[in-house]
Amino acid sequence: MSTDATTHAHEGAEHHSHPSASFYVWIGIILAVVTGVEVAIFYIEAMDAYEAPLLVLLSAAKVVLVIMFFMHLKMEPRFLTWVFMAGVVLATFMVGALMVIYHVLPRFGG
Amino acid sequence: MAQAATAAVDEHGHTSTGVSNWKVGFWTFIASECLFFGTLISTYMVYKGRAVVGPYPDEIFDVLHTTISTTVLLFSSLAFVLALHAVQNARKKAGILWLFFVIAMGAVFLYMEGTSYLKYIDYGLTLGSSTFGSAYYVLTGTHKLHVILGIVWIGALIWLLFRDRIPPAKSEQVEIAGLYWHFVDIIWIVIFTLVYLIQ
Amino acid sequence: MSTIGLETPVGREAPAHHEEDTGVWSWITTVDHKRIAIMYFVAATFFFFIAGAKALVIRAQLMFPGQSLITPELYNQFFTMHGTTMIFLVAMPMAVAFFNYLIPLQIGARDVAFPRLNALAFWIFLFGGIYINSSFLFGAAPHASWVGYATLTSPEFSPGQNTNFWLIGLSILGIASIMGGVNFITTIINMRAPGMKLMRMPLFTWMTLVTSFLLITAVPVIGVALIFLGFDRLFGTVFFQPGGGGDPVLWQHLFWIFGHPEVYILVLPAFGVISDVIPTFSKKPLFGYPIVVYAGILIGFIGWGVWSHHMFTVGLGPIADSFFVAATMIIAIPTGVKIFNWLATMWGGSLKFTTAMLFCIGLLAVFTVGGLSGIMHASAPVNLQQHDSYFVVAHFHYVIVGAAMMGLWAGLYYWFPKVRGRFLDETLGKWHFWTTMVGFNLTFFPMHFAGLFGMPRRIYTYSAELNVDIYNQLSTVGAFIFGISSVIMVWNIVKSWRSGEPASANPWGAATLEWATPSPPHHYNFPRIPTVRSREPLWHKQEREEVLAVTMPEPEEEPVMPNPSYWPIVLAGAITLSWALVMTGVWWIIALGMLPVILAMFMWAFEPAFPEGHGH
Repeated sequence: MSTDATTHAHEGAEHHSHPSASFYVWIGIILAVVTGVEVAIFYIEAMDAYEAPLLVLLSAAKVVLVIMFFMHLKMEPRFLTWVFMAGVVLATFMVGALMVIYHVLPRFGG
Repeated sequence: MAQAATAAVDEHGHTSTGVSNWKVGFWTFIASECLFFGTLISTYMVYKGRAVVGPYPDEIFDVLHTTISTTVLLFSSLAFVLALHAVQNARKKAGILWLFFVIAMGAVFLYMEGTSYLKYIDYGLTLGSSTFGSAYYVLTGTHKLHVILGIVWIGALIWLLFRDRIPPAKSEQVEIAGLYWHFVDIIWIVIFTLVYLIQ
Repeated sequence: MSTIGLETPVGREAPAHHEEDTGVWSWITTVDHKRIAIMYFVAATFFFFIAGAKALVIRAQLMFPGQSLITPELYNQFFTMHGTTMIFLVAMPMAVAFFNYLIPLQIGARDVAFPRLNALAFWIFLFGGIYINSSFLFGAAPHASWVGYATLTSPEFSPGQNTNFWLIGLSILGIASIMGGVNFITTIINMRAPGMKLMRMPLFTWMTLVTSFLLITAVPVIGVALIFLGFDRLFGTVFFQPGGGGDPVLWQHLFWIFGHPEVYILVLPAFGVISDVIPTFSKKPLFGYPIVVYAGILIGFIGWGVWSHHMFTVGLGPIADSFFVAATMIIAIPTGVKIFNWLATMWGGSLKFTTAMLFCIGLLAVFTVGGLSGIMHASAPVNLQQHDSYFVVAHFHYVIVGAAMMGLWAGLYYWFPKVRGRFLDETLGKWHFWTTMVGFNLTFFPMHFAGLFGMPRRIYTYSAELNVDIYNQLSTVGAFIFGISSVIMVWNIVKSWRSGEPASANPWGAATLEWATPSPPHHYNFPRIPTVRSREPLWHKQEREEVLAVTMPEPEEEPVMPNPSYWPIVLAGAITLSWALVMTGVWWIIALGMLPVILAMFMWAFEPAFPEGHGH
C-alpha cells in the first residue's frame, strides 16, 4: 500500500463519515427488494409494454446504490467520480450506439 | 513509518487528492473494466434475437434459478462491506468470518451458474451452436473468471488477516478488494437485467 | 549552443552518474521512470527500423508495374507487419517513452505512482513485440493487414498460425497499454507538487492525461474483439463467422471503436510536445492555454463518436452515415483551433529555429495537409471513391508520421539535453529534419494522385495501363531518402550521447518544472519538492529563484526510492508465455500456463517495494 502515513490521518476523518453496519444491511435489503420487483415485472404479463425501460431503470438504481454506498464513491473526492463516469458514459454510449445501428436503424430502412 | 520519504508521494506524504494512489489507480482500472464488459454486453445485445438456430434464450433460461444465484451474489456484496467495516474497527475475527461468507456465497453462485451451464449444454447450446451461444458463454464466462479471481484474492486477504498483517491502518487492502468484488456484482446486476429479464 | 537561455545554474558534468549502478542487471531490475523511458525509446527505435525496412521492401516491389521481388504471400505479411509494428511498437511506445521521462519531472514528483507496474508494462511491451515479430522465424507472420478484417482472419481463410500470432501479440501489448494508462492517470491526478493545479500543468502532461484516458477506455474494446476472434479461431465460436450466423461487420465496428480513439492516442502526445516546445522557442507563453486544453479533451471525447467513417463503404445507410459525417467534420474544429493557437503563439515571438522548433513547424505544415485530406473523405460520397485507395494511405501517413512522429522527434531534440546533459548535434539535426521533410513528402504526396487515379492499397502489384508508374517511382525514391533521414537521426543520437556539447540545467530557457533539475536529473528527481505558483514557474524571476533554491542543491540526505526488482521482468515473461500457450488451443495447457503468472504475482505482492524501515 502506498501511503500509510497519510491514509492514517485521512481515514481518521473518513471513518466518522462511514455509515454504520445497520445502514449497510438496509441497503442490502433494498437491493434484494428491488431485485424481487424486477423479477415480478418479468412475470406479470400486464407489464410487458413497459418492461424493458422499467427494468433498465430499476437495475440502474441498484447499480447506483452499490457504487455510492458499498463502494463509498459518495464519500470519495469528486475526481474519482469523474474517472468512473468517463468509463460508464463511454460504455453506455457504445452499447447504445451499436443497439441503434443494429436494431433501430434497420426499421427505418437504414 | 512516519519519516517515510517516498517516491510515491512528496516528502510530507500528501497526495493531490488526499486519497491513496492505490485507490485512484483502482478506480481508473474499474473505468477500464466498464469498457471491457461494455464491449461484451454490446456484442450480446447486437446479436440478441438474431440467432438463426436454437435453442433460444426463452426456451432455456430458468429465471427463478438465476434470481436465487443473483441474490446470493448480491448478499455477498453486503457481507463484504460488513467485513470491511469490521476490519476498519479492529474486529479481526468478525472480518475473517464475513470474508468467509463472501467466499462461500461466491462459491454458491459459481456452483449454481455451473449447473445452469451443464443444463444449457444438454439443451444443445454450445460455444459454436449460434451467435447466442457464443455471446452468452463468453460474456458470462468472463464474469465467472472475475468471480474466481475475486475468491482467490479474498482468500489471500483472509490469510493476511489471520496472520495479523492487516491492522485497521491498512484496511485499505480490504477496501480495494471490496471495490473489485462490488464491481463484479454490479456487472452481474446489469447482466441479470439485460440477458435474463429482458429477453 | 550552450549560451541559449536565461541565466541558469550549470548542470552537472554530463557523464556524472553519481553513485548509481549502471550494470546490465541494474537496467533489468530498474523501476526508475527515467531509465524505463530510455529503454522504451531504444526499443521503439529498434522496431522503427524493422518496420521501416519492411516499408522499403514494399516500395521496391511497387517501383515498377508487374514486378515480383518478393512473393505475394510475403508481401501481405510485410504490409501487415509494417502497419502493426509502426502503430503498436513504434508510435505508441515512443510516446510512452516521453510520458515516462517527463511526467514525474513536469508535475514535480519523484517517480510514477506505481514504479514496479511501470517496469512490468515495459517488459510486457518488449516481450509482446518480440513475440509478434518472431512469427517471421516460423514463416507465419500475420497477413490480414493491421485491421485484421473478418473474414480474412477466419479459420477457413487464414488456416496456419499467422493470425494467431497477430491476435495474441496484440492482446499482450494491450495489457501493457492499460497498465500504462492506469499508471499515468494516477500519477497525474495524485502526485502533483503543491500548487500544481490542473490548469497549471504543462500541456504535455495534459495531453498525456487525455491520451491515458483514451488508452484505458479504447484498448479494452479491441481486447474483447481479439478475445472473440481468438475464440472463433481456437474454440469454435461464431462471433464473426457468417456460416454460423455471425456478422463480420461487427468486427469492423469493434475494431474502429478502438481504432479511431487510437488515432488520437497517437497524435495527442505529439500535440502536447509541440505545445511545450513552441512557447520555449517563441519566448512567449502558449496562446490560449485553456482553449488548447479543452480542445484536447474535446478531441478525446468526440474521437469516440466518429468510428464509422472508416466504414462508409459497408452500407450502414443514410442516417448512420450522416451522423458520422457530421461528427467527423465537427472534430476538425478543435483540431483547427489548436493549429491557430500554435500559430498565434509564434506570432510576434522572438523565434529561434532550432531543430526541435523546425520539427514543430514541419508538423504544422504536414499535419495540416493530412487534416485537409481527412476532411475530404469525411464526406461519405467522396469517401466511396477514395476508400481503400492510395489516397487513404497518403492521408493517414500525413497524419501519423506528420503529426505523431514529427512531434516526437521535436521532443527528442528538445529533451535530449535533459536526459543526457549533452545537446544533440544541430547540424546533423538539420540534415535529419530536411531529409525527413523531402523524403516524407516525396513518398506520400504522390500517393494522393496514385490513389485518385485508381490504385488500390494493399495490392501486390499493378498494371502499366493504370498509368501510376511515375507516382510510385517518386514514392519509392522518397522512401529511401526518408530511410536515410532515420539513419542520420540514430547516428546523431549515438554521436551526441558520447560527445555532444555539454548542456546546462535549462539550456533552452524553458518555463516548466523538468528544467529546474540538473541535466541529467538525480535518480530521485527532486531533493525537495518545489511549490508551484504559476504555469511558467521558471519564467517569473522570483518564483524561479524559489523553485531552484529547492530543486538544485544536493540534499543532506538522499530521498528513499523504491527497491529495484526483478519480478517485473519475470512476471512479464510469464504473462507472455501464458498468452503464447493459447496458440495451442488446448484447455489444460492454457490453464497450466497460468500457474507461473499466479506464482510470480504472489511473489511480487509480498516483496517489499521500499527499503526496510520505510513502510510502504
